[in-house]
Amino acid sequence: MEITLKINGSEKKLSVEPRTLLVHAIRDAGLTGTHIGCDSSSCGVCTVVLDGKTAVKSCTMFAVQAEGHEITTIEGMAQGDKLHPLQQAFHDQHGLQCGYCTPGMIMAAHVLLQHNPNPTEEEIRFGLSGNLCRCTGYQNIVKAVQQAAQMLQQPAGAAADD
Amino acid sequence: MAVQTPNLEPKGIQGLGKAIKRKEDARFIVGKGNYLDDINLPGMLYMALVHSPYAHAKILNIDTSEALKIPGVKAVITAKDLAAAGLSWIPTLAGDKQMVLADGKVLYQHQEVAAVYAETRQAAADGAAAVQVEYEPLPVVVDPYKATAPDAPVLREDIKDQMSGAHGPRRHPNHIWTWEVGSKDETEKALAQSEVRIKQHMVYPRSHPAPLEPCGCIGDMNKATGRLTVYMTTQAPHAIRTVLSLVTKIPENNIRVISPDIGGGFGNKVPVYPGYVCAIVGSIVLGAPVKWVETRTENLTTTGFARDFHMDIEIGATKDGKVTAMKVYTLADHGAFDAAADPSKYPAGLFSICTGSYDFQKAYAQVEAVYTNKAPGGVAYRCSFRVTEASYLIERSMDVLAHELKMDPAELRLKNFIQPHQFPYPSALGWTYDSGDYEKTLKVALERIGYHELRKEQAEKRARGELMGIGISTFTEIVGAGPSKDFDILGIKMFDGAEIRVHPTGSAIVRAGTRHQGQGHETTWAQIVSEELGLDVDKIIVEEGDTDTAPYGLGTYASRSTPTAGGAMALAARRIREKAKKIAAHLLEVSENDVEWVDKKFQVKGVPGKSVTMNEVAFAAYTNPPPGLEPGLETTYYYDPPNLTFPHGAYVCVVDIDKGTGEVKVRRFVAIDDCGTIINPMIVEGQVHGGLTEGFAMAFMQEIAFDEQGNHLASNFTDYLLPTALETPKWETGHTVTPSPHHPIGAKGVGESPTVGSPAAFVNAVVDALAHLGVRHIDMPITREKVWRVLRSAGIDAF
Amino acid sequence: MIPAAFEYKRPMSLEEALSHLAQYGADARVLAGGQSLIPAMRYRLAQPAVLVDINKLPNLGYMKEENGMLCLGALVRDTDVEFSPEIRSRYHLISDVSMVVADPIVRFRATVVGSLCHNDPSGDWAAAAIAARAQMAIQGPGGARVEPIDRFLVDSFATSIGEGEMAVEVRFPVPNALTSGAYEKIERKVGDYATAAAAVQVELNPDGTIKEAGIGITAVAHMALRVEEAEKILRGQKPTLELIRAAAEEARKIANPNPDARGSAEYKKDMARVLVGRGLIKALKRLNVVVA
Repeated sequence: MEITLKINGSEKKLSVEPRTLLVHAIRDAGLTGTHIGCDSSSCGVCTVVLDGKTAVKSCTMFAVQAEGHEITTIEGMAQGDKLHPLQQAFHDQHGLQCGYCTPGMIMAAHVLLQHNPNPTEEEIRFGLSGNLCRCTGYQNIVKAVQQAAQMLQQPAGAAADD
Repeated sequence: MAVQTPNLEPKGIQGLGKAIKRKEDARFIVGKGNYLDDINLPGMLYMALVHSPYAHAKILNIDTSEALKIPGVKAVITAKDLAAAGLSWIPTLAGDKQMVLADGKVLYQHQEVAAVYAETRQAAADGAAAVQVEYEPLPVVVDPYKATAPDAPVLREDIKDQMSGAHGPRRHPNHIWTWEVGSKDETEKALAQSEVRIKQHMVYPRSHPAPLEPCGCIGDMNKATGRLTVYMTTQAPHAIRTVLSLVTKIPENNIRVISPDIGGGFGNKVPVYPGYVCAIVGSIVLGAPVKWVETRTENLTTTGFARDFHMDIEIGATKDGKVTAMKVYTLADHGAFDAAADPSKYPAGLFSICTGSYDFQKAYAQVEAVYTNKAPGGVAYRCSFRVTEASYLIERSMDVLAHELKMDPAELRLKNFIQPHQFPYPSALGWTYDSGDYEKTLKVALERIGYHELRKEQAEKRARGELMGIGISTFTEIVGAGPSKDFDILGIKMFDGAEIRVHPTGSAIVRAGTRHQGQGHETTWAQIVSEELGLDVDKIIVEEGDTDTAPYGLGTYASRSTPTAGGAMALAARRIREKAKKIAAHLLEVSENDVEWVDKKFQVKGVPGKSVTMNEVAFAAYTNPPPGLEPGLETTYYYDPPNLTFPHGAYVCVVDIDKGTGEVKVRRFVAIDDCGTIINPMIVEGQVHGGLTEGFAMAFMQEIAFDEQGNHLASNFTDYLLPTALETPKWETGHTVTPSPHHPIGAKGVGESPTVGSPAAFVNAVVDALAHLGVRHIDMPITREKVWRVLRSAGIDAF
Repeated sequence: MIPAAFEYKRPMSLEEALSHLAQYGADARVLAGGQSLIPAMRYRLAQPAVLVDINKLPNLGYMKEENGMLCLGALVRDTDVEFSPEIRSRYHLISDVSMVVADPIVRFRATVVGSLCHNDPSGDWAAAAIAARAQMAIQGPGGARVEPIDRFLVDSFATSIGEGEMAVEVRFPVPNALTSGAYEKIERKVGDYATAAAAVQVELNPDGTIKEAGIGITAVAHMALRVEEAEKILRGQKPTLELIRAAAEEARKIANPNPDARGSAEYKKDMARVLVGRGLIKALKRLNVVVA
């Protein structure tokens, strides 16, 4: 089937089988920042943003279902050379080690902060509990999301990436 | 035209002890990491595997005809096809051999039976689903204690008559080896004479490292050049190249192993797996690159499990709590093939560190390994070869002893610690501990958590019927394998190499035979070199994982990178500095003897104003070398460590227990680690957070279990439980620093300490909470139900 | 893991969806959130020949109060419920459930109606729907019908939806000021199926006695169950700890769980009891009734 969707702001026409998982379609389109870590919708490393405000595990959606929708992946977070505050904060707080969960974790956090711009530590842990990390023990990921929340709330400066 | 002299003033020397941010993050945070599945080659085929539904069965027939009819399927191979290439069996790291594809029978559920190659991943999956295999189920061996019963089914018919294996005599077709250390007679005598004795049985259950990136491989045989390039999720690319050469008979110079970015390893990515071999064989046969990436089920059911040690311990002590002797018997369940990843001489790894941080005068340990109908493995899962099992055993047992003596577990430990003046300390089981200050580390931890107040609180709560517990673990690790006199894998000595090339403009590339998977080598190796050479840390690039370019080394696992390659890196830098000194003398127009290295510069002895930077020296090495001196500024150093290193730590855990459901809530966890010299405190803390989380997971969730038919009960992440951010406790970390006296920078390694040391702290805390109900031990994972059983049988109930 | 091939239909209207369902009958499966179906297809445990994707149907994402009922269309996602301030302030049981289904990311796709139609023995929404006495609105070749939840939920993975039919809405009675509820679930970790869970809803009389109680338990039998005896025990009584104990005990009695890695039958039965008890205490506390 032919599908048309937007990925990171640019329109893509993809040819897929109905059974092609969205994550495979995204990766086959050259955007390999979105990873695959399980078959049971458990790990969340494939998390992408659907239509701006919704996080989905892209292994649990068929590519054909993305017809007419807008997908944002980790590759769409930075504005040119300027990192998104979440990317900057993950780096600053040592919120990643092997990096495999990082794109999904950042996308999940991105959606979390849209629904709750100033989350408590407990709310961050709750909100990211659909995403597994084997390296960091989550503590620095939580700190990174807290830093990003602050950066995003600063009136000028860091929030000027919009 | 001559090269213009650049600005040679270093601006960012960031050496040891600096919490600089990681260099490798840049690509990962923008989604530009390059993991195995991100690599796509022109004309690449996909491979999928067919797996056995039975744990033990004869294969009567394999029908591939339907699979071959599926559009896009190029080929299907079975053991018969591999036999033609001499590859139906491969040697394991433990001196055994294992089937690549099931050869006549299957020995564990999910064992690989056939490989399907196709043009798309869909066709490969459809092909695998269409292969028809006829099985005749056989009786299974699941319980290791029943493996060597006289009437037990014979698992390994290929070696059933061989009454001797790689590690000595075998007493039963399902017995692999028996290994012992220490003096049995003297230990038994000392135990018999001890005033107090405890005995405890405990199981360290089968676990799996489960990195989030599964294993995978791309075989790429270039028939025109005869060169085989193998992209592989491997923690040990050089060893893999050598093994591949030996197995395939392809000359080693014609094999290039590239280990791209690795999405976590934890020991899972050390061995050679059947899938790798099939992808490589497929490429050789089909003349196209072949990619295989595990499903999560394949990962959890067929590749490198860990632990599965069934342990019995006996400890003797005086009435006032001084330990006298320890005797250990362990039954090790190795699955269907002995593929444990241990140094050759040590089939039970470094389990003999089981005397821990305590001054045992007599000790004896025996380990027996048996075959069962389970996947092979025995990898060092965030562990330096069975150290995790050993540490758990001793730390759990010290609490059992404290309980028996009615003594505070902290006090018992303080009474028995090896004292600082005893180092280098020869342990009863043959190790020479390098350094440590156990008392200091424990006292820091107790102070930090407020131990005495907590004990008071516990007493008050207990009086009110509330349940809280405090658990301590004061472990000693043994890492950094290892000195070549004792340590090799398949005969290859376990030294490690580092190469440094300093460029004319004061930047450098450094390479090592290790392969990081999140440990931060791209930053920490640069820091060592920055420290030793006075170069800007930002101008040092670190490269690992390509056997064509990196110096030989045995890889990254068992907390060995810093003790081995880290040492190599420092010594390579010092070798460069020796040469640089000659160039500096030339530039300063003094004799070499009049030059000293001060404040990361060469200066004329006693004349601080007269100095040159390493950058200036580097430039001169290429533009103005002293007459008679070999130009250039680069070197390779192979470091053969003189001893292992012995990191230690003191962990204290506080738990509260829900009387209604049996849920254990970790309220606090303080981890004070001593890993010697710290290269980057931020990275060390990150390693500790991660390791504690895996220790927590083992204590409460992770288990690879089987039913009586040998069915695997944890074949995906809905059944094999990894903690999320919500369950994971908040960690409180800290350090003491007791440098290793023999390591070039005094570092000991830290990646595994928290996984090794923490499980006992969790279990000790839970048992402590229930001790007054008569509980002495609970095996991991501590589920709510196990606690609930204790509560209800004690008549405790609550909403 | 790759699902087996299937034919994909993307109807743009309810009529079109129903006509696909009529045409393909048992070969077709409705794809709403897909958070249970797609993983099952990846493992090839489910291999439907035709998927009818209803995600593009118009006007099924509504949440509205109508005729004393809160109506959730078939495309209301768990997060729509979870993030709704109105739900949080007034529908305590439903709000509780919406926060513990699967995991936070799955909840962005998963639908309430889809979960009820799936009727997994461990489903969270089924227990809640039982406790709240929900109704299902169904459309089919024979037109529309509304069914009480007890008749809708038939058996493990089975509902009263017939061939060619589709559930379009779930309706929860609007709670009055004297009604509250709670959902108590234990799971081994986020994302795991419940080891046991209990949904309770309590309506008080102005005199403080219990007017009506609804109790559903899940993960402890072949499907979610109503604990009728407990409801009877509570009805008309003044809430006390003894009363709650007696009611909770009924949950233990009727629970008939399969032992698995989550626990033995004995444990799960006891948890059904504990969780019903806790749920009642929490619901009453939300009504400012503290049962010590």
